[in-house]
Amino acid sequence: MEAGLAAQHETALESIVLAPLRQTGRQFRLVCAGLGLLVLVGIFAVARQWTLGLGVTGLNRPVYWGVYIVDFVFFIGISHAGTLISAILRVTQAEWRRPITRIAEAITFFALILGALQIWIDLGRPERIVFLFYWGRFQSPLLWDVTCVSVYMLSSTLYLYLPLIPDLARLRDRMIGGEGDGRRGAWRLRLYTAMALGWHGGREQRRRLERGIGVMAILIIPIAVSVHTVVSWIFGMNMQPMWHSTILGPYFVVGAIYSGIAMLFIFMTIIRRAWHLEPIIGARQYDYLGILLLVMSAFWGYFTLSEYLTTGYGTMVQDTQVLAAKLSQEFAPWFYGMLVCNVVIPFGVLLWRRGRTPLGCFVASLAIVVGMWVERFTIVIPTLTRPSLGPANGSYAPTWNELAIMAGSLALFALLFLLFFKLFPAISLWEVEEGEVVALARQKAQELAEEGLEGLHGTLAG
Amino acid sequence: MTRWGMVIDLDKCFACQSCTLACRMENNTPVAGPDQAARGRTILWNEVLPSIDGSYPRPTVTLIPRPCQHCDSPACVRVCPVGATYKNEEGLVLVNYSRCIGCRMCTVACPYQVRYFNWYPPEWPEALRAHLNPDPEVAPRPRGVVEKCTFCVQRLRKAREGAAAAGRAFQATDYIPACVQTCTGHARYFGDLDDPDSLVSQLARSPRAFRLQEEMGTQPKVYYLKQG
Repeated sequence: MEAGLAAQHETALESIVLAPLRQTGRQFRLVCAGLGLLVLVGIFAVARQWTLGLGVTGLNRPVYWGVYIVDFVFFIGISHAGTLISAILRVTQAEWRRPITRIAEAITFFALILGALQIWIDLGRPERIVFLFYWGRFQSPLLWDVTCVSVYMLSSTLYLYLPLIPDLARLRDRMIGGEGDGRRGAWRLRLYTAMALGWHGGREQRRRLERGIGVMAILIIPIAVSVHTVVSWIFGMNMQPMWHSTILGPYFVVGAIYSGIAMLFIFMTIIRRAWHLEPIIGARQYDYLGILLLVMSAFWGYFTLSEYLTTGYGTMVQDTQVLAAKLSQEFAPWFYGMLVCNVVIPFGVLLWRRGRTPLGCFVASLAIVVGMWVERFTIVIPTLTRPSLGPANGSYAPTWNELAIMAGSLALFALLFLLFFKLFPAISLWEVEEGEVVALARQKAQELAEEGLEGLHGTLAG
Repeated sequence: MTRWGMVIDLDKCFACQSCTLACRMENNTPVAGPDQAARGRTILWNEVLPSIDGSYPRPTVTLIPRPCQHCDSPACVRVCPVGATYKNEEGLVLVNYSRCIGCRMCTVACPYQVRYFNWYPPEWPEALRAHLNPDPEVAPRPRGVVEKCTFCVQRLRKAREGAAAAGRAFQATDYIPACVQTCTGHARYFGDLDDPDSLVSQLARSPRAFRLQEEMGTQPKVYYLKQG
């Protein structure tokens, strides 16, 4: 079916989706250079920390964990974008998912890399990270994390790759000749050919691919839930006030999906604009996904209320101390800022159909991504500043070294994402085409049904 | 089996802090310096914690000397991902410095804040450097690992060696940590909790005896005798 593709003319869809893979503008190069610079600053900060010791951070006793752990939870949370959008919507056969699954899956993949990196950066002896595999003990929640994140990494790589195969074959057939850009074209061709694994789109190949994607879509949901649950358990398993709570696991899962969708909105809006994909990613995606985001906001608000009301209603001394730190002491700006970002702004914008536009969703999502980072901060830090025994209240202010690593990480995340979509199509071509066929078939069936009905009426009238 | 434990009589402690100093000299804990100390980065395996309740004219001051509690059910050991911290067969909770990856899971888990992290490579002023304890078992720890009170486990080894050299059987009373030995007010007692006749186990059964944050279920082997 796709054997003669090279000879055929490109469809309009292909031209739109493949255009950014063919030409690279000055703006793109500038953005990449800027991000690359930030990454270099981050690498310098990491090198400095590994040379001098963790003393270059703002960490201390009792605040042993800081920005790196917050970033770890943040990035792993973002990685839930791919699972939810892609897997859940695929399983429930939501047709509107088709143009955005690839972007969601890529976010998952890169966010996981960045998340795992944070744990490495946080270690006092980074060169001993292999000990986790060599001496690892399953009694430790940290090893649960290592295990679940590794499994999630493997499965999400597969889950990104499988639906990419038919598109890779198309790139293999489309990206040669025509442009004739010499050596660059040659290595790309080799890459696409190797990665396409000899895909020709035959019936049997298609059947197997669909089956593989179907199995992965179901498998990846419990894996993703496990990942964010065990991330919460590196806190929840410790007998520390406002950590040692059964709600923490599900709370983190909800927060992860919430921030994941928000990050999907941000990246999808940027790529839609920069790659000129407006005809493919339309109002429907923003409207439906916006409703989903709103639902997650409500879920998150409900979990937050449950957690804080339960703690606040009680009078347990240590819990109350931590709660007071968040509600009325030094962490109050963070706490209320988090509520504004995660509940007030999303509800104010997304509740109305007029708000669920690309701009509205983008703004609400920016607020949510910031708010969810702050949420992780207000979970990790205040508890540590109120030790049950020992020195007076702790305090923590990140140093430039930590902030540079954070900026570098965010930049690397964006850079990997952009470069990936310079090499691979941002839209799953074959799935969107399949969607068009499905829509057409449905329309036809509808027409036939109506015709049949009319005919029937005619017969009856006659 | 021997189960090493400590009893601290709060009535006898007057917070001279010589335990803290003796510990430092015995165990080679580095000097943080004023800058780092202000940032909460001192390493004191033993600390005397003041806790002041109420206000003038009727304040209640409690001073709690706090070594590692050497819990029988230690939270730190449970969460260590690589088995770098462990409880040995005599109940001592120890750290394998060449195994520790510096993740600080244990420092966060410990409800007693007894675990310290090496933020920088260890440093001493010249004058102090000359007086470092030469025992290789307390050689300065490298940066990036966690360390804590060991009940001067190196003294246990020395006591055993001493008994062997003298050709007699090792007795629990041969072994005594530096803080206990130095305590000005004789407030600290040390010995085998599994021996019902030892002084520590008798004192641990006293009606005045309590343990820190017993409700955590960590079962510390450091007992305190209430003041008053």
